[in-house]
Amino acid sequence: MSSNTQKSYEQIERAARTRKIVGKTLTYAFLVFWGLMVLFPFYWMVLTSVKSTGAYNAEFVPKFYTLSPTLENYREAFTAVPLAKYFLNTVIFTVATTAIMLVVIVLAAYAFAKLEFKGKNLVFTLFLALMMIPGELVVITNYVTITNWNMRNTFWGLILPSVTSVFYIYLLKENFAQVPDDLYKAARIDGCTDLGFLLKVMVPICRPTIVTVIILKVIECWNSYVWPRLITTDQNYFLVSNGIQQIRESGFGRDNIPAMMAAVVVISVPLVVLFLIFHKKIMAGVSRGGTKG
Amino acid sequence: MKVVLQNLTKKFPNRNKKIGGDVIAVNNFNFEIPDGKLIGLLGPSGCGKSTALNLICGLLEPTEGHIFFGEDEVTNLPPEVRGVGLVFQNYALYPHMTVLQNIMFPLQNLKGDQKLPKEEIVRRAKEAAGLVQIDGLLERKPSEMSGGQQQRVAIARALVKMPKVLLLDEPLSNLDARLRLQTREEIRRIQRETGITTVFVTHDQEEAMSISDLIVVMKDGVIQQIDEPQEVYDDPVNLFVAKFLGTPAINVFEGEVRNGRLHIGGDDLMAVPGVPDKKVFVGIRPEGLEPDPEGTFGCGLVNVEVMGRDTSVVFTHDGAVSENLRAIVASGKRPAKTEKTVRFRPDPLKVHLFDHETEERIRF
Amino acid sequence: MKNSKFKGWLYLLPAILFLGIFMVYPLIDVLIYSVEEGYNFVSQTAYGYGPYNYSYVLHDPYFLQAVKNTFIIVVITVPLSTGFALLIALALNSIKKLKDLFQTVYFLPYVTNTLAVGLVFMILFKKTAYTDGMINLLIQFFGGQGVDFIEGPYWAKMFVMCFYTIWVVLPFKVLILTSALASVNQDYYNAAKIDGTSKGRIFRRITLPMISPMLFYLIITGFIGAFKAYSDEVALFGTDLNGAGMNTIVGYVYDMLYGTAGGYPSYASAAAIILFVIVLTITCINLMVSKKNVHY
Repeated sequence: MSSNTQKSYEQIERAARTRKIVGKTLTYAFLVFWGLMVLFPFYWMVLTSVKSTGAYNAEFVPKFYTLSPTLENYREAFTAVPLAKYFLNTVIFTVATTAIMLVVIVLAAYAFAKLEFKGKNLVFTLFLALMMIPGELVVITNYVTITNWNMRNTFWGLILPSVTSVFYIYLLKENFAQVPDDLYKAARIDGCTDLGFLLKVMVPICRPTIVTVIILKVIECWNSYVWPRLITTDQNYFLVSNGIQQIRESGFGRDNIPAMMAAVVVISVPLVVLFLIFHKKIMAGVSRGGTKG
Repeated sequence: MKVVLQNLTKKFPNRNKKIGGDVIAVNNFNFEIPDGKLIGLLGPSGCGKSTALNLICGLLEPTEGHIFFGEDEVTNLPPEVRGVGLVFQNYALYPHMTVLQNIMFPLQNLKGDQKLPKEEIVRRAKEAAGLVQIDGLLERKPSEMSGGQQQRVAIARALVKMPKVLLLDEPLSNLDARLRLQTREEIRRIQRETGITTVFVTHDQEEAMSISDLIVVMKDGVIQQIDEPQEVYDDPVNLFVAKFLGTPAINVFEGEVRNGRLHIGGDDLMAVPGVPDKKVFVGIRPEGLEPDPEGTFGCGLVNVEVMGRDTSVVFTHDGAVSENLRAIVASGKRPAKTEKTVRFRPDPLKVHLFDHETEERIRF
Repeated sequence: MKNSKFKGWLYLLPAILFLGIFMVYPLIDVLIYSVEEGYNFVSQTAYGYGPYNYSYVLHDPYFLQAVKNTFIIVVITVPLSTGFALLIALALNSIKKLKDLFQTVYFLPYVTNTLAVGLVFMILFKKTAYTDGMINLLIQFFGGQGVDFIEGPYWAKMFVMCFYTIWVVLPFKVLILTSALASVNQDYYNAAKIDGTSKGRIFRRITLPMISPMLFYLIITGFIGAFKAYSDEVALFGTDLNGAGMNTIVGYVYDMLYGTAGGYPSYASAAAIILFVIVLTITCINLMVSKKNVHY
């Protein structure tokens, strides 16, 4: 380093510092900007839902705040359509689908990971091949099947086609396979049955993966729209997605936007609250579990 | 190029917010690395030696103090204008590039009037590869090489832009024992050949002793002692340094000075002229105890481990503070295994006294 | 473990049963449907077999419109969303303070019902008798000409469509890329910094190659997802997508099966198989490209 550079020590230092500060500022500005883009629809949804219908319709230029919030729209949303019923349906659908699926995939994953039987590898390969098949391809026949079984407008019709997932079986099997075989042998020597071992050892050890699967499945169920739309024509079996779509197209949504937004808030809240409580777990689970839907 | 550190201090905010306050990783460093020397920064893990290294290379900015390369201040300069080379503990070779591409990478970054033509870049990269003797491996990917080879590549990459200062952060700790020895020699050879001022960070005292011109012993962010390896070993400034250097470790006892004589337990060991009466810690190097039926130091014999040229005598004593007391003695003088006790004659040059409160050295 | 031969199958039984009925059988069935000519849904009979269904679908202007829409959505949203997600992930990874907060906020759309939030986008972009809508007022404020994004010109609808799609798919991509970036060993960046590597070069020569497996994973799944676009469209434009001229291939399949023009499982099957072939082809091309460019 020549003395020439030494003279400019302060300049170099200052330039480096300025560049750093400018960079940081721009980065934060960008992040805040996108944060607002993400949050604004949520804000708008809540805001609109507490504006009175009259006030909303009178605002040619929409206001970014309201001084007279009202819960009238929520009352309207719950009384004009059986929103509570949709809600309940979705809860039943979500819980039942997730629970049945868990049983099915835990058993299957266990068989693939720890049990020895003829043809296992062949079946597993076939299972993996099924992962490539898009749901859109099979939905047509399933629709016909469920119709033929007279299961349209029943919970079983909603639930049955979505209680298996090859992807989750695969995910769980990989995790199960990591549990050392010695544990299995030890458990057998201790007099534990296969099923006992599965429930008392495997499942607790692999809890994080199972939680991941539950999280992904619950989100999927809560937001599912296509299949319920095909299978239900009776309001008594509508899920929230179908309910909201019906409100928008033939219900009060066409002229009472604040009430529609109230309904939107109501059906969004459960998952958002769950997310805010478990955000670390959910994000870790999703990044581990892969794709949506 | 000499490197001067002046009042260098680095504080980090405490990660545990409940405790609060700052963690002082590097506390008021003052020392000068002479031009062309290899210095070993030695200390237990977490003592701040890597932080010190990162301050020198510019990946961290100091809280206080100054750093000079030669006469030029570089304290807050970004790393790329300092002209340093850094070798990482886990090599940090880019896995998607070949060896040659890895070594060329620093040169390809040069800008403006420093920019080099492509042939020159390749020539210099090959030269650096030759220096660390990996000429035959240039087209390999890092994953296809052994740890030792990867370490050579990392060194070549650090050297290729002819840095003013070369920094090595625990470069040998991921290698197995045999390779470690071999690579140690290699680093020493390369440093001699290039004459680059080098800082070598390690927690392994043997490594530091064997390779360094100067050793800096650190503890909790504070420099304990700076000296040549033999000096640090023979003349430690405090109990920590004495305990940290040497294999087998120094034997430590609790003792007392009365009327100019050193007592450990019931034994009157030797004269320590000029030391006032007080409680002390006594450190005796394993090679400083010679079996002698007339010796002043009476101990219980535990085991005699034959190691070929030398013999290791494992013994006990009531006044001992350290575990696993050992003496290294010439094979001809070893006591019989069947004995229950053994007497030693201490070598005054190998016996160090330390203040019982401050653990500072008391000279006599 | 003598009896575990049967035990294995016993454990697998539920999965095999469900998959057989709702995956394997439909797969075969859909192929049969697609070649059954003149299939009658009520009597469940057909005249005969032939390629007529494919020919009908490929000549149906609604289908062609749906293919065009789908391709536009794919071509616009996949590169834009991936690029933008990378930008956000890079910004996120360069900061320490508030990183968790930003990450959490960005992920929020992932857990929301896309149909519900789509309605919010609709009212933001829609022009009604009462109001021109938020976005139009903004456009007018900056001196532009307002336009009905929901029932107006094609390009305006396509714009909202793509914008909303990107808004919906970003959270997942940002999350994946952020963790991919965070898992790159910091030493590589330190080494590069000491060598004076410029930001752009660090990005091109180190960051990109290191995260390329994840990036390609996102691109491939992004393509597949975008080709299956449907419910986001419904959220914005309602169920009569043909009427709005915004139908997608998946939408066409469902409309053929059910809905106003429904009752034709044969046409639906033919369209679904055409979609499958398109997706398969694109995925293969993607995989071939990624083999050349991804460093593992």
